[in-house]
Parts: sequence; structure tokens; C-alpha cells
Amino acid sequence: MYKYDQYDQQMVDVRVKEFRDQVRRRLDGSLTEDQFRPLRLQNGLYLQLHAYMLRVAVPYGTLNSEQMTVLGDIADKYDRGYGHFTTRQNIQYNWIKLEETPDLLAELAGVEMHAIQTSGNCIRNISSDQYAGAAADEIVDPRPYAELLRQWSSFHPEFLTLPRKFKIAVIASETDRAAMKLHDIGIQMVRNEAGKIGARFFVGGGMGRTPMIGPMIRDFVPLDQLITYCEACLRVYNRYGRRDNKYKARIKILVHELGKDEYTRQVEEEFALLMEQGIEPPLAELERIKAMFADPAFETGASDDLDLSDPDFRLWVERNCAQHKQAGYIIATVSLKPVGGIPGDASADQIRLMAQLARDYSFDELRVTHAQNIVFPHVRKADLYTVWKALDEAGLSTANLDGIGDIIACPGLDYCSLANARSIPVAQRISERFGSAEKQAEIGELKLKISGCINACGHHHAGHIGILGVDRKGVENYQLLLGGSEGADTSLGQITGPGFDEDGIVAAVETAANVYLRERNNGERFLDTYRRIGMAPFKEALYD
Amino acid sequence: MKILTGNDLKSGEVVWWDGDHWSKFVNSAADVGDRGDAIIAREEAARRVVSAYIVDGARDENGVRPAHIKERIRALGPTVRMDLSLKPGDPDASNWVI
Repeated sequence: MYKYDQYDQQMVDVRVKEFRDQVRRRLDGSLTEDQFRPLRLQNGLYLQLHAYMLRVAVPYGTLNSEQMTVLGDIADKYDRGYGHFTTRQNIQYNWIKLEETPDLLAELAGVEMHAIQTSGNCIRNISSDQYAGAAADEIVDPRPYAELLRQWSSFHPEFLTLPRKFKIAVIASETDRAAMKLHDIGIQMVRNEAGKIGARFFVGGGMGRTPMIGPMIRDFVPLDQLITYCEACLRVYNRYGRRDNKYKARIKILVHELGKDEYTRQVEEEFALLMEQGIEPPLAELERIKAMFADPAFETGASDDLDLSDPDFRLWVERNCAQHKQAGYIIATVSLKPVGGIPGDASADQIRLMAQLARDYSFDELRVTHAQNIVFPHVRKADLYTVWKALDEAGLSTANLDGIGDIIACPGLDYCSLANARSIPVAQRISERFGSAEKQAEIGELKLKISGCINACGHHHAGHIGILGVDRKGVENYQLLLGGSEGADTSLGQITGPGFDEDGIVAAVETAANVYLRERNNGERFLDTYRRIGMAPFKEALYD
Repeated sequence: MKILTGNDLKSGEVVWWDGDHWSKFVNSAADVGDRGDAIIAREEAARRVVSAYIVDGARDENGVRPAHIKERIRALGPTVRMDLSLKPGDPDASNWVI
């Protein structure tokens, strides 16, 4: 994985020093809160419902074991013994003290981490496929391109005060595991007919108040034009994106209002001008980065055999593991969704244990997924049972990946000052309602996503079943959506009808699941059945 | 009644104005009447609190209850981690929120 050079390290160290001084000046009164707020937000420090919250960037979701260990130690030392992995592949701490934040950031900098650009109207942490570098179906590892974009977008002076925040995802397989088309810019690395690798650009996707699927604006951008094309996309947005209304300020609104063709025309015009200026980094820089993402030293001839005689292990392998590109290896996902648990939360001890297992059994690498789970990308099949046993003893062996218990949920009103309703208790109750392994196996793939407000951090629009919490005269109410998807077949969920109270929404999910079980054809997922039979049978069961 | 809440500048802890100081217990909250904005201005300028605001509440035999669920969660702690709340030993405490 990428290693900081002296410039990366210096930038992060200088920022810590700068923020330490800013905190000092805030505490001694030299800075007012109005002056300080943008400074702390630029360093990922929010003031949330109960305390300060720090969002730490995990570039494209990739961590090494030393970094993961430090994340666990920070949870103990500066928080209350746990961290929350987010839908942006980051980690958040909920109980941070302002006066301790500079020391915390210094510890992060010591392992090449930071919280820069995890807030504010700038280009946020670049996200990617959690199976990058390991997936059997990828044409190339997308992370070097994500890293190049990270370097380009970090402290980019032109794009630090955009009309609104800006999110980019990079993938390199047809199976989209990063909700790529629901980003401001989604980039799919592709191979053209001449065998060259390049980038396919989707621009103007997003969730939130106005969910949109990003249209493709260019099917192939050569590698030596990648950054220039991104710059052109951002320049048009920065110039014409709305700044008068924050609810209409995301690039999706601009692309929608201009129309894809006109937006594309303007990008291409800007791109032509930029090409004359020679802003593209030399390909040698990309090659330098790529060298750091070389495959680990896989053992050749490693056995593909797995002893599945332990039924619990077998179930976990079937649900939580994916095919690796290298014979004898497997990709293993640790679900952070135990039955009745809080989606995405992990204790300090659990974080450190996952770090240790990655060090010993996954070539020192972990990934955070946008579904709030952790991946060991490179596990030798011969070691998999040992890994699973260790996870099982730590309460981390839940076998529910992509099932109804693998719920994405934002922090909701339990933690978030923007939320209108609680998300986590609803997730917990649904998880318990469908807690049995048999029930989950019967239902199969069913992605359920819950947001506590219209900002959609819980990706409710993209859930096969989505739930949106709203405030109805001071009382929590929950809307049900069906038919969303974030994969290669991206679609936006549709609201079924009037909302439900907390008890009602749990029952409504069960009703929807039962309609699916009644109506499905052989081999159909929930989403397939919904797309075939439409909303009507579900509405009838829910409201008649 | 009108009550004031905010966060302690240094720790970020949720606090309530008790008439003289900031307390972490909502039951200590004082009715500030129409003096809320003046108190907030003074206390924020003194850096004793940050992001303070006025909320509606009511006092009954059980204490002070903010009118909106958001402030009741602020007063207690996350309902999903009662071990981290101000009433970790009270299994029914989260019912007060709803």
C-alpha cells in the first residue's frame, strides 16, 4: 500500500502543528467560535449531539495493521473505548475533547493518517472497492488511481471552497461494490478495444435530498489525461454550481439543470484549455504509486482446499468470503453487524484484534467497506479457519454479509445533530427480528439501509429496502422505500406510502420480506422480485 | 419554560444552564424566561460554552423534560449505549426519551 514520502509527511505534520496553535487560540479567546469553526471542520472535528466528533480519513478504505492498532488505541485513550466505521470508509470517534484533539492528530500523523478534508465543501476522502487488489473480477487495482486523485485533491487551492462537498469513487470491475454511480464523480477504470487502460467518467450522482444516478459523460479518458479531466469537471462545477441555496449546490443539480450534454460540452471545452497548460502529473508519478500497490508475496501453489466440516465456519465462508484472484487465497469480510448490535461500531479490543489478524494472516492489510464492515483482503485458505476462530471468540464472526442483518445505518438521532430520527434502534430491532441464520439464509441477499434524515448518510435510496427517519411534529416516523440498488444495476428506491412508527416500520420490513418470499421465482433476490412484480403487491400487503 | 443548553467548550460535554453555572444534569436547568439570548451571548463570550441555544421544556414531579426528543437524547446520552448515558444503572431511562 501507499507509503508517505517526505512531502506527504511534512504536510500532515505541519497541519497538526497549525491546528494545535488554532486550538490554543480558541481556548485563550483569540479566536471566536465563528472564526474557529471552519478551521476545526477542515480538520474533521465536528460538534455533534453529545460532544465533539472526529472523522478520520481512511483513503480508499485501506489500512495497515499498525494504523488499525493506533485506531484502537485512540478509541481507548481519547474516546470511550470504541469507534464507528462509516459509510464513507472512514472511522469516527464520538466523544472527543477539543483540548486533546491536537495530541490525537499527532498520533494519527505518526502512522500516516489524518482527518483533513473529512468535512467542509472540498473534495472528501476518495472511496473505492473494498476488494481492490484482490478481486477476481477487476481489470486493474483501482487504488493507485485513487491515490493519485488523493494527492491531486489534497489542499488543492482551487477546490477548497466548492459550492458543496464533493465525493469521488474509483472502481475497476463491472461489479460495482462502491456505489460509484451515486457519487459526484464516479470513475470506472476500463480497458478499451486497443487494450489500453483508461477511465470512464460518471458525473452528477448522489443521494441526499435529491437522489440522482450519475450519467456517463466520457467512456474513456486516457491515463495521461485523468487528472486534467477531473480538473475540468471540477472547474465547471466550481464556476457554475449554485452557492445561493445549499440544497441545490451539489454538482448533481448543476448537471441536471444544464443537462448532461451541455455539462459535458462545457467540461470538454475546459478540458481542451487545460490540456494546453500541461497540468497532468507525469506518468512516472503514477508508476511510482503503482509500485507501492504491487501484489504481496503470494505463496505459489497454495492449497485451495477448505475443511468445511464445522457448520458455523461453513456458513461464514459461504456468506462472508469472496473469490480471490490468487489461487489458494480468499477475501474475508468481518461483519460489524452482530444480531442486535450497532452497525459499524467496534470496540478498541476488537479493532486491535482485527489489526493483529491482518498482520498475521492478510499481508498486513485491512479494508473498511462503505457497508461498515472490515475486510481481510488476502487470507490464505489454509489460515482461514484460524482467523475465523479468533474472530468468533471476539464476537466478530456474524455470517450475514449482504443479508437482511447486514444493515447500513447512519448514527441517527442518537449521535447526530442533523438527524430527525434514530436509525440504530430500528436497525437493532430488525436485526433481532431476522436474527436466525436460517431466516437470513432463506431470504438471501437483501440490502437494507437506514438514514435518520434526508441527508442519506445511511444510503436509504440505494437499499433494496430503505428506511428514512423523519420528524413528524416531534415524533419519530419512518418512511419505507423499495427497489434501490447501488451496484452495476444502480436504481433509486421508491417510497411505499405513508410512514410508520418504530414498531410499525419493523413490522413493515417483515411484511415486505414475506411478500418477496411468497412471490419470488427460483434464484430471484428481493430486488429481482421487486423489479418483476413492481410496487403494487407490496403496497397492498403493507396498507390494505 | 425556556431552558438553555450547549456544549462545554473544552470537553464538548452537553451542559444546561442552572441559573448560575452550566450543569450536565437537565434537572438543574433553570427557566430563563426572555433572558436566554443575553445569557448565551455572555457565556459564549466568556468561553464557558459553545453552540448554546434556547429550548422549550417543562418541569414536573420527575424533573425537567425538554419538549423535543433531540434535547431529551442530549440530556441522557445515546439511547443505544445506556452504559455511556448519565443513568447507566437505570434500565428504564431510555423510556424517558421517547
